[in-house]
Amino acid sequence: MQSPLLTALQSEHPEWFSEVITAFGETTFVVPREHLVGACSFLKTWPESRFDFLADICGADRGIEEEPRFEVNYHLFSTTKYHRIRLKVVLNEDDVHVPSVTAVWRTANWHERETFDLFGVIFDGHPDLRRILLPDDWQGHALRKDFPLRGYEPYSLK
Amino acid sequence: MSSATIPPQFEIVDRPLDTQMTISMGPQHPSTHGVLRLELVLDGEMVVKATPDIGYLHTGMEKLFEYKKYQQGIVITDRMDYLNPLGNNLAYVMAAEKLLGLEIPERAQTIRVLMCELQRIASHLVWLGTHALDIGAMTVFFYCFREREKILNMIEAASGGRLTPSYFRIGGLMMDLPAGFENRCKQFLDNFTKAVDEFHKLLSGNRIFQKRTQGIGPISAEDAIDWGLSGPCLRGSGVGLDIRRANPYCGYENYDFEVPTEPDGDVWARYMVRMREMKESHKISVQALARLKPGSVKADAPKVVLPDREAMKSHMDALIHHFLIVAEGFDVPAGEVYHPIESSKGELGCYIRSDGGPKPSRVHFRGPSFVNLSVLPVMSEGEMVADIVAIIGSLDIVLGEIDR
Repeated sequence: MQSPLLTALQSEHPEWFSEVITAFGETTFVVPREHLVGACSFLKTWPESRFDFLADICGADRGIEEEPRFEVNYHLFSTTKYHRIRLKVVLNEDDVHVPSVTAVWRTANWHERETFDLFGVIFDGHPDLRRILLPDDWQGHALRKDFPLRGYEPYSLK
Repeated sequence: MSSATIPPQFEIVDRPLDTQMTISMGPQHPSTHGVLRLELVLDGEMVVKATPDIGYLHTGMEKLFEYKKYQQGIVITDRMDYLNPLGNNLAYVMAAEKLLGLEIPERAQTIRVLMCELQRIASHLVWLGTHALDIGAMTVFFYCFREREKILNMIEAASGGRLTPSYFRIGGLMMDLPAGFENRCKQFLDNFTKAVDEFHKLLSGNRIFQKRTQGIGPISAEDAIDWGLSGPCLRGSGVGLDIRRANPYCGYENYDFEVPTEPDGDVWARYMVRMREMKESHKISVQALARLKPGSVKADAPKVVLPDREAMKSHMDALIHHFLIVAEGFDVPAGEVYHPIESSKGELGCYIRSDGGPKPSRVHFRGPSFVNLSVLPVMSEGEMVADIVAIIGSLDIVLGEIDR
């Protein structure tokens, strides 16, 4: 993403971006979660950015001792301008709630279900927040760092 | 016969029973291409609601990455989209190379393009064969697998593996192409356009196939973008988006090829896009083959790239580097990258987050099949049960990538 756009965005909505990281040729905006949906719908329709394509949502666990421990990354793409950007929401372990962006891009539905399934991040306002890859009665969230690689016990359907 | 002569009790109605029934399609149903289960709510033969149920093939690959060194992760990627393993290799190694800041030599780039396009053709051939088989045309399958076999043999000659090549390594390739590969490839490419014309003769003019695909499972361009469709499924809705053009990698900006689109957004449109794409891939392969010049296939990074066998026999430092890379791995700078490529199914993105050290902290794959499948409920609403099979086939899903 070009830097003039970046500066324009920051001057217009300084409260949306608590931090801007540019590394490896990619731009990351750290967004406070209360501004996430507002920022997303603005970025989707703003003629300068036109991020109409949500490529991916993925969670990450920074480590058990880290605070904030979790992060959710949104990879946006513009099908007309061909630029990319990453939005990042960081979360404390005791409050893993993020507003859902399914109202902005409908493709977020399964991505958010996957992140909920594997990290236990709860997307408020999601229409159908169920596990997607693991069975419904699975205990724990498999991609958290404190979940052992081979699980706690052999899984069997109850 | 005019309609006035039909007694009212025999008039054709759209919903004869007006009762609903829920049935489970799969996970062992052959036309679900693996272990996909669909929960179908039916009204007669009409689909009221389709809910995909996935996860039967979940093997925790993304978790496994965190316990493996970077170079060991390549082997895991082969097993995601098992019809397009070289594409998965490429997304992963390019993301790691972005973190490491490696420069890949020209020859390696060209071979990557060549192999990926051959793999794309092979993947489309499996799609075409099985899609036609689902709809009831059996002969196409044999023609497709005959051509695919030639590509798999070439991939085997280059890498030693047919389905799990792991040919691309961080910093270049496993090894250079074997002697005689170029001639073999040329021979295949010379005959391939004729084979595509054969597929067209077998299928495109078939009236049953046309009736089964035209106007089935339509999706508009706006909906397709909003639902995150990518690859041939998106181009079938008239959006000419191709990551090879939009965010070029491996020097794709220097190749002359078209991005085929079809406006209708139905099963037939997606079929036509893939058929035309095979010819484009053929075009790129021919160009890549012509551009192959002698040179190194590994980056100049002795601490990351394994040294040649010969160098190890004569150079002490090569032997030490080999030992250290294999035993301890190499440190990757802390940071995070997302690298998208155009796989045969759509945008395949690899997200790697590194905290430094020889193992990644998080690896995530944006599987195009995963996203494309999430659109199935929208496409299949109001269609007939038999059309579900056609729609699934046209999405070209691979469950290995969806469940990971």
